[in-house]
Amino acid sequence: MAKTITQEFVKGLWAEIPPFRLVLGLCPTLAVTKSVESGIGMGLATTFVLVGSNVLISMLRNVIPAKVRIAAFIIVIATFVTVVELLMQAFTYPLFLTLGIFIPLIVVNCIVLGRAEAFAYKNGIMPSLADGLGIGVGFTLALASLGAVREILGNGTVLGHSLFGPSFEPFTFMIEAPGAFIGLGLMLCLMNLVGKK
Amino acid sequence: MGDMIKMVVVLTVLSAFSGGLLAAIRDNTKDKIENQQLQFVKGPAIKSIFRDASNDPIADRFKLTDGEIERSFFVAVLDGKAKAVAFESYGKGYGGDVGLMVGIDTETDKIVGAGVTTHAETPGMGAKAKEDPSFVDQLKGVSVADPIKVTGDGGSINAISGATITSRAVCAAATDVAAVYQRLKPQIEENLKAFTK
Repeated sequence: MAKTITQEFVKGLWAEIPPFRLVLGLCPTLAVTKSVESGIGMGLATTFVLVGSNVLISMLRNVIPAKVRIAAFIIVIATFVTVVELLMQAFTYPLFLTLGIFIPLIVVNCIVLGRAEAFAYKNGIMPSLADGLGIGVGFTLALASLGAVREILGNGTVLGHSLFGPSFEPFTFMIEAPGAFIGLGLMLCLMNLVGKK
Repeated sequence: MGDMIKMVVVLTVLSAFSGGLLAAIRDNTKDKIENQQLQFVKGPAIKSIFRDASNDPIADRFKLTDGEIERSFFVAVLDGKAKAVAFESYGKGYGGDVGLMVGIDTETDKIVGAGVTTHAETPGMGAKAKEDPSFVDQLKGVSVADPIKVTGDGGSINAISGATITSRAVCAAATDVAAVYQRLKPQIEENLKAFTK
């Protein structure tokens, strides 16, 4: 009955890839995917928090009383988020400036709390680690691909490298907020099309 | 009853542990974060103010306490003599505080240059204060004893069109710098001596 560690990891990459399949964590998905780089940065920061909180909550799952579990989860998650915030400020300051307020907002990202509640509180350490890593990598991939779509169409570049030369007239609106919704919608549509049996 | 105690104990221990961990990390990253901020936020402004300096104004700095506030002063060696300092102050802008770095020549008491460091002004409007150097360049050569105001308020600085509040914030920050400079001038000169080689 129990799934293997590998299965727990892989499910985050396609079957339960957060923004597209679970449609969770949309706030950062829409806000920071203006470029591939910030998408990857946000994804990695979230992955760190997810793995850390999943492992710690799984370790403590027999100690935390059910009635105060949400409060305990939030403490754990908020701690990891603050750690990420400090580390980013110390080592990748330009990226921190781009992501800005969305780093502290990882605390209220539904994916992190969702995995703690739905998975880590009920499972052992290794499966929780795999789950956190899988969902995190999936989230990173999703943000990076949405970031790529928006950066290519909206700016004609990928990771800052120009793709089409000067004759390309970018769809600037893809970089703006509406572009995020349209890009996300198209990608959801594409995923459903491919996933349809 | 036992349940109750357990809840309190678990949450208390968890919070205390998180608090301790974060304090430790904060202590260890504090200097690094300050350096990063200097490099990426204040660095460009300082470099543009002291283009002709023969030293590194970011490395050559000292701190003075002014009332409750501790301020960093950046020293520039011009014509072989450490005679100019730059420091930062803030004015209330449209989207929050606008930080302005102002360089002052201590021999003439005149502003040698200024640059906006941090702001949250509207892109394309108030944000021009940072992007378009011609606005802050108006401060060049202004004496610290002169009133620094936009033309609409009876001063001599032409405001950015459509961004009067931002322009006023910049002037307020410059006025504050001038006031602090006049107040601390003896101490500033004392500290500058150490930098002339």
